[in-house]
Amino acid sequence: MELLEKTDKIQEELLKNFEIKIDRGDAIEPRDKMPDGYRKHLIRQMSQHAHSEVIGMQPEGNWITRAPSLRAKQILLAKIQDEGGHGLYLYSAAETLGISRDEMIAQLHSGKAKYSNIFNYPALTWADIGAIGWLVDGAAIVNQVSLQRTSYGPYSRAMVRICKEESFHQRQGYEIMSKMMKGTKDQQGMAQDAMNRWWWPSLMMFGPHDSESPHTGDAFKWKIKRSSNDELRQKFIDKTVQQAEVIGLTIPDKDLKWNEAKGHYHHGPINWNEFYSVIGGGGPCNKQRMAHHIKVHNEGEWVRSAAKAYQEKKEKKLLHL
Amino acid sequence: MTEQQALYKYCLILGDNALIHSYRLSEWCSNAPILEEDLALTNFSLDMIGRAQALLSYAGKIDGKGKTDDDLAYRRGEREFYNHLLKEMPNGDFANTIAKLLFTSAYEYYFFNELQHSADKTLAAIAAKTIKEVKYHMAHATDWVLRLGDGTDESHHRIQKAVNELWMYTGELFETNEATAILEDKNIAVDMAVVKAKWKQEIERVLTEATLTVPKDQYMQTGGSKGVHSEYLGHILSEMQYLQRAYPEAIW
Repeated sequence: MELLEKTDKIQEELLKNFEIKIDRGDAIEPRDKMPDGYRKHLIRQMSQHAHSEVIGMQPEGNWITRAPSLRAKQILLAKIQDEGGHGLYLYSAAETLGISRDEMIAQLHSGKAKYSNIFNYPALTWADIGAIGWLVDGAAIVNQVSLQRTSYGPYSRAMVRICKEESFHQRQGYEIMSKMMKGTKDQQGMAQDAMNRWWWPSLMMFGPHDSESPHTGDAFKWKIKRSSNDELRQKFIDKTVQQAEVIGLTIPDKDLKWNEAKGHYHHGPINWNEFYSVIGGGGPCNKQRMAHHIKVHNEGEWVRSAAKAYQEKKEKKLLHL
Repeated sequence: MTEQQALYKYCLILGDNALIHSYRLSEWCSNAPILEEDLALTNFSLDMIGRAQALLSYAGKIDGKGKTDDDLAYRRGEREFYNHLLKEMPNGDFANTIAKLLFTSAYEYYFFNELQHSADKTLAAIAAKTIKEVKYHMAHATDWVLRLGDGTDESHHRIQKAVNELWMYTGELFETNEATAILEDKNIAVDMAVVKAKWKQEIERVLTEATLTVPKDQYMQTGGSKGVHSEYLGHILSEMQYLQRAYPEAIW
């Protein structure tokens, strides 16, 4: 009994230590004691982030073999590689919380873990590659810049590195769009069409309005989340509207207006029915993305088994030397 | 055939080999058995695109008609491509891709080792840069052939099947033609007999270590250097050249 009380006391102290660190703004590291809820929240968020990077390779990969120049192909391939690298980086960071990559992939396949909704939209024309880089990665950066200050050390460090590469991705996307807007009528039409289709889903990437997703949650208390959905969305809109104007693209929002008093753009209503429908599996590509990931994973099983068997044989040989 | 025409053709053969192999490897994006391998295969593809750019730009320069690397990659038809048939073969399963990568990277390693001594300074410089890259491709392919060959029964069977099926496309790698004969006389082109001997020795070493059987030489497929390809190339080009062909006035 005495021992139990003592253990409880130690646990209590360690958790207190966690709260002190959070209050002070110190990073939480893998060996630090942390509440179960904090660990679970991070595993969910980080694995979702990692899965998003990996699933996001599919819509862009869809255009690799059709990239219109050697340079465009090179840049797109390098960008998708970066996304895969971010996936690896984030899986490793999440593994420090006591979950394996295999478990995370199993959760993705079972539907327990999610990935970003945006990748349930199709990449239909080459301009979509521009729109994904510029708008989707642009929105992701706004979120990730904020996450550089997240309280979990490995996650925050991953974000610092990832942000550097993401800004290159955004420039790549913007370059495609601006080249197309300087090009032929067909190219301009394609660029505006991609803008029209990707604008609203990009705004939805920041999640529901703050009124629907209150500030008071644990994520804020634990400093995992540092800015609210609406704050981040506003930042994204403010910087993107100007970029669109520079190259002659129209934002598909008739209510969009500069609000002098607030120093921000006011935007029209977001179609949240669409958002919840896509989250619920009703997006154009939900089934396709998951089916592809599962198929590739299953088809690769014999390769992973072979690598494991070979490694075991090698280790056995070493033991007998 | 003049020396200039021979050099143009030689650069197209080398450039097309890099371009078409890079195309096939890029198809692995988001399709590999593990994420790490997805990155590795597309990284090799990136190396090859860079090499194709260098060689096709140089080809355009030699030709002297103002054609860029993109013009040559995206505006030539099936009969004007000169890559080896091996490069255009479909990826098949992972074992097939790895067998192809081993055959190609070992070939390229010895080939570019010779070419770096070419009397043509541009080709020599491209070769010197390429060796550094293909060394990694070869090490990677070798590691996987060993793992698959000496892994499980299934992987052994799959890699042996791939080696057997692709073997008939390896003879073409060492072929000579009118262009190579002209350039060899000028110490520009590589002596293929040297490359072949080294390649054979290395492939036999790797396959044997991987507990695989080295196939017996059989009828070898040929045609690439004459622009006579498999049916697969037309599909590669129709996909790769789609935007350039559909919007000929556009700049991307």
